[in-house]
Amino acid sequence: MSGSPLLKIDGLKASIGDIEILKGIDLEIMPGEVHAVMGRNGSGKSTTAHVLMGHPDYEVTDGTVDLEGNDLLEMEAYERARAGIFLSFQYPHSVPGLQVGNFLRRSVAAIRGEEEAKGSEFRNQLKQGMEQLGLDRSFLSRYVNDGFSGGEKKRFEILQMMLIKPKLAILDETDSGLDIDGIRTVAEGVDAAIRGTQSAALIITHYNRILEHVKPDKIHVLIDGKIVMSGGPELANQLEEKGYDWVEKEVSGNE
Amino acid sequence: MSDDARSAVGDYKAGWHDPENATIRFDFGLSEQVVRDISELKNEPEWMTEIRVKAFHHFNERPMPTWGNMHLLEEIDFDKVCYYLRSSDATEKNWDDVPEDIRNTFDRLGIPEAEQKWLSGVTAQYESEAVYHSIREDLEEQGVIFLDMDSGLREYEALVKEYFCSVVPFSDNKFSALNTAVWSGGSFIYVPSGVHVEMPVQAYFRINAKNMGQFERTLIIADEGSSIHYVEGCTAPTYSTDSLHSAVVELIALPGAHIRYSTVQNWSANVYNLVTKRGIAHENATIEWIDGNIGSKLTMKYPAVILKGEGAHAEVISVAYSGKGQHQDAGVKIHHLASNTTSKILSKSISKNGGRGSYRGMVTVSPKAENCKVNVVCDALLLDEESRSDTYPTMEVRNSGARCEHEASVSKVSDDQLFYLMSRGHSEEESLALIVNGFFEPFTRELPMEYAVELNQLMALEMEGSIG
Ligand SMILES: Nc1ncnc2c1ncn2[C@@H]1O[C@H](COP(=O)(O)OP(=O)(O)OP(=O)(O)O)[C@@H](O)[C@H]1O
Ligand SMILES: [Mg+2]
Repeated sequence: MSGSPLLKIDGLKASIGDIEILKGIDLEIMPGEVHAVMGRNGSGKSTTAHVLMGHPDYEVTDGTVDLEGNDLLEMEAYERARAGIFLSFQYPHSVPGLQVGNFLRRSVAAIRGEEEAKGSEFRNQLKQGMEQLGLDRSFLSRYVNDGFSGGEKKRFEILQMMLIKPKLAILDETDSGLDIDGIRTVAEGVDAAIRGTQSAALIITHYNRILEHVKPDKIHVLIDGKIVMSGGPELANQLEEKGYDWVEKEVSGNE
Repeated sequence: MSDDARSAVGDYKAGWHDPENATIRFDFGLSEQVVRDISELKNEPEWMTEIRVKAFHHFNERPMPTWGNMHLLEEIDFDKVCYYLRSSDATEKNWDDVPEDIRNTFDRLGIPEAEQKWLSGVTAQYESEAVYHSIREDLEEQGVIFLDMDSGLREYEALVKEYFCSVVPFSDNKFSALNTAVWSGGSFIYVPSGVHVEMPVQAYFRINAKNMGQFERTLIIADEGSSIHYVEGCTAPTYSTDSLHSAVVELIALPGAHIRYSTVQNWSANVYNLVTKRGIAHENATIEWIDGNIGSKLTMKYPAVILKGEGAHAEVISVAYSGKGQHQDAGVKIHHLASNTTSKILSKSISKNGGRGSYRGMVTVSPKAENCKVNVVCDALLLDEESRSDTYPTMEVRNSGARCEHEASVSKVSDDQLFYLMSRGHSEEESLALIVNGFFEPFTRELPMEYAVELNQLMALEMEGSIG
């Protein structure tokens, strides 16, 4: 592997109030790569995603995050979005009264530019994406995440990703709560968006199924706010067999 | 606009003012003589002069309301109001004949353009009088009357006499008395049986002078089985002294008729907006108030519907936005007097920067009104800790067969909701505007598209500079 990384995280620590949650994360993602992060409930996966996206509730106490040579930590969330970071939320929020179609157009305009949100190309992509994800046209006039089923919320996150075309897509448990077809479409969506491009993805998940579809370049295990183990796709199977206790033993054994 | 003017106006887009070129301007203050002078100037029939004088005495004797915002009400100085000001000697049918500076004002407000595109008729009132008025010929041929109220009185005296004060008696409240005493301008509309006016008619009210009082009077009569949509807009310059807008609107929906009355009130923050709006719905008639209050210093306005005939229906959607130093005291009153009548109320308020929004609602169902349905929903959205929202709902249901539903909610914009929108490339202000416009969407979707777009832009502007 050569060239410079798309994203480089160095010694990232973050707290909420007085509680330190991220305790020194190091991670490098190259353009075109798909990485996966796995870990127990409460290990800090969503926190990592939120801190990368710039949630104001978390205070970064140490470390750096660099996106293509730019200091991400200096930017507000919307600037990070415009710089190319996308987060598919574990729990997307609703905005009653804001129509899906309108929201998509505005978001694409905000991130990719006014021109990209106009015209037939945008409309075609939208139509295609919705067909691929099995979303009906009537979906466009619904309100953002308002009364959506769990699966609809996840599909809508992926639809946004497809249209926004981020440089780095972070998917926080997008596969949780999706049916089998849903997982496959999400995986296909990620493949289409990343493979053979200069973009990258960071997939946070508890399950192997999605990883079998996307075949990540690297898998990282997060325990108590730190990446304690990284490996290739085979790591997912080992985790499935042996569990996180095994990781803990391995790690302490190496110390 | 000069820089000084611009800084005084701030974000309020309609806050400029023209030089005052009055052709007739009354001195400040109110007396029986002022009332008689207005009537004489207008060459009115004696019965109208008499009502005005009676109303004036009632106004004098009637104490201020003891609710709403008494503190702000007490600040009104009725001696420092100009009760009549005429800037143009005629109501023109052609924009080219309207005095240039006034025409420019309405151009800037986009009225002639809107007229060409999507309206059936327009009346434009500047200070006390309508300066422009027109209606599409085909409607005139169908017998639709759309005039400014003064012309209405001159040309259709019998009709005006029959209905004037029939829905809102002058003694209804202090401000309806004031309006009846000094009214000038407003619209008079009559839609004949069975005629459907497809495109809306619009009235635009502009106050230009300082310390001005605008007291328009509107009367809309929709005859059996007819329908009309009336839209009104209003703005005023930003001054450091206060102006007073006190209108009375009376709607009469005869059997099977449908009246929709939409308002986007965007007065500058120095205007007192104290308005009485009420309609009577006869058998199977529908009255809808679509009422948006964005501007003003204090608004006290409670659009009302009296469901008088069996099967009549009332629908009110009202939204209010209260920013710094503003109090929107709004609400809805519905009286179910007949059986099988239904009403639906949706009230939404947003408060920001210490603004205050109040909902004051009253629904009554009379004992002999069987099988009525009432649905009331009140939602408030607070944008910060200093802002305030109160709800004062009253229901007096004297018939046990009535089905009444009432829901109320107060919510705050959550950090997580903002973060979600910001993660899609929208700045904090833009995100707030998306949330706020979404909150108002049930209202905006009922407006003609052009108004909806304008309202969304207005709210986006209000959200600017609000962070930090
Ligand atoms: N806003 C917050 N306030 C308090 N504690 C928080 C907050 N956000 C995260 N935490 C805590 O930080 C820890 C990590 O949470 P995080 O959501 O990152 O876990 P996760 O790895 O995504 O878990 P899961 O697999 O359940 O989604 C947890 O102990 C959680 O309670
Ligand atoms: Mg999580």
